Amino acid sequence: MSTVAELSIAAPEARKAGNWLLVATVILLCVWVLLPIYLLIVNALSSPEEVTAFPKRFFPSFDFGSLSFFINFAGVARALWNSVLVATLTMLLSIGFGAPAGYALSRFEFPGKETFRFLVLMTRAFPLPLLALPLAVMFIRTGLDDTAIGLALVHTTLALPFAVLITFSLFSGIPVELEEAAWTLGCTRLQAFRKIILPLALPGIAASAVFAFTISWNEVFAAAVLTIENRTLTAFLLQSLGESPLYLKFAGGAALVIPALIFIFAVRKYLFAMWGIANR
Amino acid sequence: MHGKALPYLLLTPATLFLCVFFLFPFALVAFEAFTRDGGFTLDNFRTMAGSWKFPVTVRNTLLLSAVVVPIQLVMALLMATMVSRLETGRSAALYIFAIPLGISDLAAGLIWLAIFDQSGFLNTLLSNLGVIDRPVMFLGYQSKLTIFIAVALAEIWRATAIMMVILVAGMGLIPREYYEAAEVFGASPWKRFIKITLPLLRPSLQTAIILRVILAFEVFAVVAALGGTNLPVLMGETYNWQFTLQDRNVAAAMALFILAISIGFTLFFLRVLRVPKEARI
Amino acid sequence: MAEIAIKQVAKRFGSFTALHSIDLTIADQEFMVLLGASGCGKTTLLRIVAGLETPSQGEVWIGGRRVDHLPPRERGIAMVFQNYAVFPHLTVFENIAFGLRMKKLPQQEVEGRVNRTAELMHIEQLLKRYSGQLSGGQRQRVAVARALAMEPDVILMDEPLSNLDALLRLEMRAELKGVLAASKTTTIYVTHDQVEAMSLADRIAVMHQGHIVQAASPVEVYRNPAARFVGSFIGNPPMNFIPAAKAADGSWTVAGLTLPGPKSDKQTIEFAIRPEDVDAGTEGLHATVRVVEPLGPHTLVTCDVEGGLFRAILESNVTVAVGDHLRLLPKPDRIRWFDPETTNAL
Ligand SMILES: Nc1ncnc2c1ncn2[C@@H]1O[C@H](COP(=O)(O)OP(=O)(O)OP(=O)(O)O)[C@@H](O)[C@H]1O
Ligand SMILES: [Mg+2]
Repeated sequence: MSTVAELSIAAPEARKAGNWLLVATVILLCVWVLLPIYLLIVNALSSPEEVTAFPKRFFPSFDFGSLSFFINFAGVARALWNSVLVATLTMLLSIGFGAPAGYALSRFEFPGKETFRFLVLMTRAFPLPLLALPLAVMFIRTGLDDTAIGLALVHTTLALPFAVLITFSLFSGIPVELEEAAWTLGCTRLQAFRKIILPLALPGIAASAVFAFTISWNEVFAAAVLTIENRTLTAFLLQSLGESPLYLKFAGGAALVIPALIFIFAVRKYLFAMWGIANR
Repeated sequence: MHGKALPYLLLTPATLFLCVFFLFPFALVAFEAFTRDGGFTLDNFRTMAGSWKFPVTVRNTLLLSAVVVPIQLVMALLMATMVSRLETGRSAALYIFAIPLGISDLAAGLIWLAIFDQSGFLNTLLSNLGVIDRPVMFLGYQSKLTIFIAVALAEIWRATAIMMVILVAGMGLIPREYYEAAEVFGASPWKRFIKITLPLLRPSLQTAIILRVILAFEVFAVVAALGGTNLPVLMGETYNWQFTLQDRNVAAAMALFILAISIGFTLFFLRVLRVPKEARI
Repeated sequence: MAEIAIKQVAKRFGSFTALHSIDLTIADQEFMVLLGASGCGKTTLLRIVAGLETPSQGEVWIGGRRVDHLPPRERGIAMVFQNYAVFPHLTVFENIAFGLRMKKLPQQEVEGRVNRTAELMHIEQLLKRYSGQLSGGQRQRVAVARALAMEPDVILMDEPLSNLDALLRLEMRAELKGVLAASKTTTIYVTHDQVEAMSLADRIAVMHQGHIVQAASPVEVYRNPAARFVGSFIGNPPMNFIPAAKAADGSWTVAGLTLPGPKSDKQTIEFAIRPEDVDAGTEGLHATVRVVEPLGPHTLVTCDVEGGLFRAILESNVTVAVGDHLRLLPKPDRIRWFDPETTNAL
């Protein structure tokens, strides 16, 4: 009897202790993720002197010296613009090519479907940025070298498989009956898509567009290989790593990170759905 | 009437695109790697392997992967299971854990540079604690070990998120009833993790590991930001051959080498973590 | 005028044949129910009529027009789906108006028709809501209203009530019957619920493994099953079957009873009788009682006849106990005979 009583008392306590451990671990892991970002931002929000000084303060002085130096540094504004341009193009291309494919995969059974899926999944097993090397030569011949569209094309190879898989899972999540109901109510295929499927899939498509944007925004290797004059922000920072002062690097790092935080926040709902489907 | 052609029409843009920008350059790399001045040759590979840096880069890259990936796997599993048991703040924790997913490797390198730099936060902390009285040069050319540790930490920090996301998604596919059944039969949480989560998570584990290993072979900007040339890795060397040494063919050979080990490891993990079709959920 | 004619329609999915050469004609304003077990091809046939599936072979005619090459929107049909398919991003009003707007009807006409059908389906107070704010039964009503608003020649329904609870199903069934009769459309209604089929149909087409086994009025299907399957599928409990051995030409021995029957050169055929069509008495089939289930108005008795199960529904004043030996006398005009090989009625 007493052991039973003890057990029933001990169990909630053990659970409580377990809960505390759980929460503590989660908080610790959150700190592990957030602290480094915080430190970078402390640097970015300190004056150049403070950044190179020692010892350092762990709180920002909210001096915008580093940031304004960064913004006014020759080539930065252009690089920022290029990054946005390339990422936007990548976004348009990958959704433009990927969404129809995702729709086809979700709605039709046809010979060759598995082959296509294999082609898409295969891209994952390759270090894709390397493909920028041969493309560099091809681009010189076709006049695409050092252009935003050229780089966007390469970034689209990175983003397209994701766009296909995400939109595939999105469209699969919308019951076919909704579309069929629209057909029986007088819609053509295109009308049914525009009036029923598109409004329902739009948030998800927007999320996968943002994801494509992020992929391009962050990509370093291909950007560094394919651009010389028209560098993106990542390529610019990479090439000036050797000579640029610390505060420029940190301000640049912050400029890369802050949009990324927003992007991930924007797509957070879809991150898990798209990887769940991508597993299969 | 429904047009058997429609699906093909819809797939054409993506397919054409992948052929031109994925399959074709892939063939081109292979071609360039095996030719020099128009003739077939293995010289490019000889030059590549003959370089004194080559063994070092291979060793660094593989070592880095060997250290980073297992740690990431454990951390990702930890994050995923913790989050799944969390009652409040679940989505906030998930978002925070997923943040590094959106951060470029270059930015990650810079973030950790802020910590490991000579005037960085680690030195400040150590001197505030009285452990050191002068800032230490963690990332100097003589401190290969600390560079390695810094790069490894930055990689673990940056790329655990992708594994975590894949595993969380995978866990979401495991029906709750299995856990409830196991609990009824008296399995402890640890037993449930070992006996149910891990086996049923195998497809996700496979994807996560393959993806991570390939990305680990691609490590580039983190190293560039933290180590400069003091910790040469494969991608960095490829970049060097292309630009500093202006030898496209050797760079192509190098790229092919990275491709080869990536495919090798992919096949290895596909085989080792193979899930029989009948045994899937 | 919208007569539907299905001529030699077959459907193959790869190597699997879901429909074998179906022939079926549905008269104008007729209520036809497709009844059959799960997987027998009811939905496939309905979707072929709707134009959502292309037949591998055969023709579909609606109102004297061949339609099998036309897309759904040009067939003059409306459809109610099993899971309702109410558009989640549109209000109930816009859902019902959807097809009318596609027809480009003037706003006034649209509003008039939406309000009228909404009233008919008792959902006029829900018009501003979204699908997510409706119960299953209300969604069902919206789906029907959306189809009715089109004033189609033909309404196709695929198990429209199967997702509702039993009580609601009864209520909706009665309501549907009234509304559809008033709307004067031709209806094809798919279900696997025989009670639903019986209560709604002008005619029932019983399907089995991609064939239509019998298409006839509910009473006919119940009384005179064209094949053994129909007898064993319809009725609760279903028909009883007992092998019958030839006694003389046109006379058969069934469980100790000799009965007049069809002439046949076969040595054994099958005798069939519905459970309610036997009386306990002093002569008849030799039966041993296994289970007795009093059901109130009558008693369901499960017996052993010739080593096979035999169910009889007896008056509740007949007292029987497990182990009793009974003699069950079939009503002569209710006896049916089946060919054991073709399984068709003789
Ligand atoms: N797209 C398809 N591909 C392959 N086989 C299919 C397809 N659609 C239906 N079938 C098969 O055709 C047969 C008939 O299917 P159908 O959906 O018409 O059955 P049903 O009578 O409506 O059944 P239920 O009562 O369960 O809805 C089934 O065996 C089914 O497996
Ligand atoms: Mg069906």
